[in-house]
Amino acid sequence: MRGWTAVYYREILILKTKIFRQLASMSVMPLLYIVAFGYGLGNDVTVHGVPYLAFLIPGLAAMSSMIQGFNIASEINIARFYWRVFEEFQVAPIHSIAYVTGEVLFGITKALMGVSIITGMAWLFGTRLSYNFYFWTAMILNAFLFASLAVSLAMLVKSHADQALLVNFVITPMGFLGGTFFPVEKMPHWVQIILKYLPITHAAKAMRAAALGKQPDMQPYIVLSSIGLVLFLCALFCVGKARD
Amino acid sequence: MNGTNHKHAIELVNLTKRYKKVEALKGINLHVKEGELFAYLGPNGSGKTTTIKILVGLTKATSGRAFLNGYDVDADPIHAKRQCGYVPQTINLDHELTVFHNLDIHGRLFHMERGKRRDRIIFLLNYIGLLDRIKSPVKELSGGMKRRVMIARALLHEPKILFLDEPTVGLDPAIRRKIWALIKKIQMDGTTIFLTTHYIEEAEFLADRVAFLSEGTLITVGKPKELINSLGQWALDTVENEQMKTLYFRTQEEAKKHAVLHPGPFSIRRANLEDIFISLTGRKVAP
Repeated sequence: MRGWTAVYYREILILKTKIFRQLASMSVMPLLYIVAFGYGLGNDVTVHGVPYLAFLIPGLAAMSSMIQGFNIASEINIARFYWRVFEEFQVAPIHSIAYVTGEVLFGITKALMGVSIITGMAWLFGTRLSYNFYFWTAMILNAFLFASLAVSLAMLVKSHADQALLVNFVITPMGFLGGTFFPVEKMPHWVQIILKYLPITHAAKAMRAAALGKQPDMQPYIVLSSIGLVLFLCALFCVGKARD
Repeated sequence: MNGTNHKHAIELVNLTKRYKKVEALKGINLHVKEGELFAYLGPNGSGKTTTIKILVGLTKATSGRAFLNGYDVDADPIHAKRQCGYVPQTINLDHELTVFHNLDIHGRLFHMERGKRRDRIIFLLNYIGLLDRIKSPVKELSGGMKRRVMIARALLHEPKILFLDEPTVGLDPAIRRKIWALIKKIQMDGTTIFLTTHYIEEAEFLADRVAFLSEGTLITVGKPKELINSLGQWALDTVENEQMKTLYFRTQEEAKKHAVLHPGPFSIRRANLEDIFISLTGRKVAP
């Protein structure tokens, strides 16, 4: 485990050099969605008796934690293919678990920043929700899962262009379909079956329930933890294989 | 073998590496003594970088074994990695970060204490003459400065062995000489140095011993002077039937005597390590 702090510290230092750009970039997407969908659809629209904006905010938070967690893949790729800094970690006397832990924690940190921006914006737009322990736990589990996936895929892709393809074909569809903008129950039955297997559906469900002050259902937490753990182990394997 | 019972700083035993259909290394057997400056020479694609990558843990050997101060790089990578510092061919610093932060991250990766890390960074930046650039972002440094920072970074955790992969590639002659002086200084301070290069004059100036590699096979190993003496210290280049031909002689007089027998143009010069490589393989080291 020793050495994870060095990996995390490097990422934080790099983030510091571009903090304002990062914060601005993290703010654009939720702001557009809140304005376009929240206000564009009007205050009269409700979902299951809840104002649409109150329904949307936890979904946006789930999507943001997924995107921010997964985005570390691009940074790992830049470090690997462009700056070649990844070699520094490979020649250091640290185990793969230290590298993966440092990167995944950075993914969680970025997700926390992104979701904090959304909750701040929601507050500014007058939507008061309950950001309790269950909300943040689901958010962290979701970010953990997607950051682990990001490390695995970053080790498997052969170029930065491959990385963009993964975002187009995996992350963007998940972001739109996993119960972020509309209730999954409105979809055809066969689509609901597919969506049940997407982690983002479980994250959105858990975060929305917590934010709306409902009694937490443990199933999404178990699903997110289990898939997250499997992907973390995958990441360890992929980092080890990257030596060859 | 373990770290406490070793005779050589670096030892390669029948080392092979295969990339799909390409056999990059074909059974290399080699040892480098403690404190030695060893140059590993060969043209591009001969297997120099592959050998270093196996030794520093960037890739795995297909078969055979490699040891750093007695630690098996495959069986005991953590201890083996502690023995060495590595300066790769391409600049791999974080350009957005300062010189200090680049070195500090390295120190953290090698589990150095905070105080020791800071002292060592200051010492090494002073050593390479860049202490005044400690707070500069790497992107503001010249190519030669970046190369020196990489050497300082590799030395930060006080490795006993330093791997330099083409340390002066792409640098102008004046900067190259500065790097040579630094490399000599590091060796004099007791570090074993394993250097790859295809600059013949670099190997001749720096190395205690050299090895020639061609298409993954070790051709010969020896001291530069002894290798050159074995061929003849003087070279006579002549042109016969539009073909360049080189003959070697022990003395300049012998070469001159022989030169007058040739009707065409000729030149007499001191033989060098390039001549050794050409005489053994028929190819040039430099591209």
